[in-house]
Formats: sequence, C-alpha cells, structure tokens
Amino acid sequence: MKYLDEYRNPRLAQSIISEIRRIQTRPWVIMEVCGGQTHSIVKHGIDRLLPEGIELVHGPGCPVCVTPLENIDKAHAIAGQPNVIFCSFGDMLRVPGSNGDLFTLKSQGADIRVVYSPLDCLKIARANPDKHIVFFAIGFETTAPANAMLAFRAEQEGAHNVSILVSHSLVPPSMTYILQSPQNRVQGFLGPGHVCTIMGYREYEPISERYKVPIVITGFEPLDLLQGTLMTVRQLEAGRATVENQYSRILDREGNVPARKLVNSVFEVSDRKWRGVGWIPKSGYKLRWEYREHDAERLFHVKEIDTKEPAVCISGQILKGIKKPHDCPAFGIQCTPLTPLGATMVSAEGACAAYYAYGRHLDKQRAEASAQAQVGGAA
Amino acid sequence: MCLAIPGKVLEEFDRGGMRIAKVQFGGIVREASLDYTPQAKVGDYVLVHVGFAISTVNAEEAERTYQLLEEMDQLTELDAPVVDEVPTRKPQ
Repeated sequence: MKYLDEYRNPRLAQSIISEIRRIQTRPWVIMEVCGGQTHSIVKHGIDRLLPEGIELVHGPGCPVCVTPLENIDKAHAIAGQPNVIFCSFGDMLRVPGSNGDLFTLKSQGADIRVVYSPLDCLKIARANPDKHIVFFAIGFETTAPANAMLAFRAEQEGAHNVSILVSHSLVPPSMTYILQSPQNRVQGFLGPGHVCTIMGYREYEPISERYKVPIVITGFEPLDLLQGTLMTVRQLEAGRATVENQYSRILDREGNVPARKLVNSVFEVSDRKWRGVGWIPKSGYKLRWEYREHDAERLFHVKEIDTKEPAVCISGQILKGIKKPHDCPAFGIQCTPLTPLGATMVSAEGACAAYYAYGRHLDKQRAEASAQAQVGGAA
Repeated sequence: MCLAIPGKVLEEFDRGGMRIAKVQFGGIVREASLDYTPQAKVGDYVLVHVGFAISTVNAEEAERTYQLLEEMDQLTELDAPVVDEVPTRKPQ
C-alpha cells in the first residue's frame, strides 16, 4: 500500500501547510470550483488545516445541484407519460422537483431506469422498439462526451425512439459570473481537474488575464488540494495571475481532443439557468439542429415551467462564495439531505450536503447551545 | 458526479463500430467505451466516467485514486444495473 500514502502523507501535508504559512502576508479567499473537490475538502478537513486567513469557499461545480428545478419538472412531466422509458444517472432520482422526485414517480409505476452509461439507452431502445427512450443528460464538461455520444450514435443508427433531455452546464461562464458580481470575494480559483481532463485549460486563460485572478487546475486528493492552494497563494502573494496546472499527471492544456471534437459536433453553446443562481449567458449546451429528432424538449412539447425556491434558502450566495452553509438559519434544521430546500443540499457534492455529512451542522448547534448557556449563566 | 473512476482494461472488442473494453474496478468488471482514448490497450489503466474512458493513468495513480473514491463513497455509479444486449428484433 505504498502508493496510498503518497498523496496523503501527513508529513508532506504539514510541509505544504508550513510553506503556505511562511509565504502568506494577508488573508485570501480561494474558491474550489468542483463539487468533488468540495466533498474531499470537507471530508479531510482541509479547510481547517490551512493557516488562518486562507479561506476556501465552495463553488457551483456540482451538476446535480445546479440542474434547474424547471428541468427536473420537465423530466417529471416526460417520465410520467405512457410509452416512455425514462433513463437517468442515479443521482438525479432523489432530487425533489415541484411535483416530487423521479424516485417517487417510479414507485407509482412510471418506467424510470438508472443507467451506468448513456449508451445503455441504445440497448434499451433496441429491446423496446415500441417505446420512446428519453435520457436525462445532465452534467458539466466531464459528462458531455458521454451524452454527446448517445445523440451521435442514435442519429447514426437511426434510433428514432431515442431522445435526450439536455441540461448541461459549463464551468468557465460560471466563474466569470462569480467574478462579475459586485459582492464577489473570490481572489483565486482551484480549477476543476476532471472537467479540464476533457476540455484542457485554454479557455481559463482569458478569465485569469481579464479578472487578474490566479486559476490553478487541481486534482481532488488531499495533497492535490493543498498543493493547488499553495500554488494559488504563491501567485496571489507575488501579484501574479495565470493559469497553472497542478494536475499535470492527468491532463494537459489541450484536454481530450477526440472527446471535445465530438461534443462540438453534437452540442452548441446556449444560455442556461442554474439552480440557486439564475440565468448565466452562454453557460450550457443544447443539441445542434442536426440532432433535433433526438431533442426530448422539442418532441414532448414540455412548456417552460416557472418555479420558485423557498425564500429562506441561501444556496445562490453559497454557490457564489459569498456565504457558507452555517450562515443559513435552515441548515441542518428544516434543510437536511432528506428534506433539501435548495441546490447545495440536493446532492452529496453540494456544499451544504457535504457539511451535513461530516457533522458540521452540529458545530453550529454546539456553538448556539454554548452561547445560550453563557447567556443563562450571566442572567 | 464529475469524478472519474480508474480501472484496468482486461479485454477489448468491437461493438457496432465502437471500441468497447471490459474494465476491472476493484472487484467489479464493467464495460467502457475506448473511443476517446485511442491510445489505451489491454493491461492499461484508464479513468472512466459514466461508461467512457477519458484518460489513461499509471497503475500507482489508479490504485490510489480508487481507494480514495471508495473512502469518499464515490463509486456508486458502478452499482447501476447492467443492461444486457438483446438481439435486434426483426420486423414481422
């Protein structure tokens, strides 16, 4: 198990933390973009290992979280129709829409199936030629090549009974959106390692240059996250702002060229609504016109559904790095992974769900109990 | 859900013009498309996301990452049911 220790070697971790402490002269706010990174940071307590003044805030990179309620409602409307087999990644089934979740609809008799790969839909389509197979294509750039391949193969094979409900989000426009906010606190980014495995990191360079913000493409193992933080702090302290690649053992500047090529031939960039955040220009994908026969939104005429989130939920501000989960009065009380009120609690990779999973809602309750005890003692 | 899971390519074959591999993840073997990793061959380790290899990795990286994902309970996508291929029905 020699290799297991290499990326979580406590001595190495300590030396990186010491180096951050040595070079740090002032507080910095750094956002990790990817939900997998958030999960790893909270699980390993990396944010609490860092020197005081280095604050990690949690970005919008959880695709399940930011799938807009409207699209979950559209999925629900399509999946409830007769002669439809609705296929999805497992993560989406428990996300509540306005009319309940897909899991409940399945228990009521709808034919809803969890698939491992989008390509499974082609097998299901061949076995059920009298049914229409709809795939709920959610995800960021990492998942786009798989979803694009389903549309491409369906078109090539003449599988007329296969369509996809596209709900794709793109990372760089969300970073630009955060940086443009008047309330922005983010001074540097840990970029998303597996998104860049597909896309490379060319498109992050103009963002770094324009907003004078360091972006370090980072993996998700504990030492990756510490090294990425160190590289970001080094740039911040030196007044530099460039894109650097901490995850070079996996990816390079160009990304996965065959995957990008297929994605671009199937999808085109479109405006997209993000749950908790709202519309962000050019931040998603839609199917190109050539693939219109496989566009579930067009085939099923699902209307734009206007939905509202609970007023108490602050997930929009959490996704922008303005607030933390424990700033929310509902966190861990009305809002839990079983009864989520908004984006950041609906998936394990959301900041609120990660904080809850690792017991951080109890910190808040303990602090409140101790404050009350003090007040009681003083009275 | 953007995390990719490392596994070892055990064998590869063609299915309807697609390069498909049987990939071993710990004790589970699942299929993955190699269309986006033309360099991958039997014996190599690949990072697989929702049934597609997106990058090749070395054995050490694969071992370490797999263990970490297991600890983080991030291997659930491998539990999705296997969809068996059925022969295409001929028109009556």
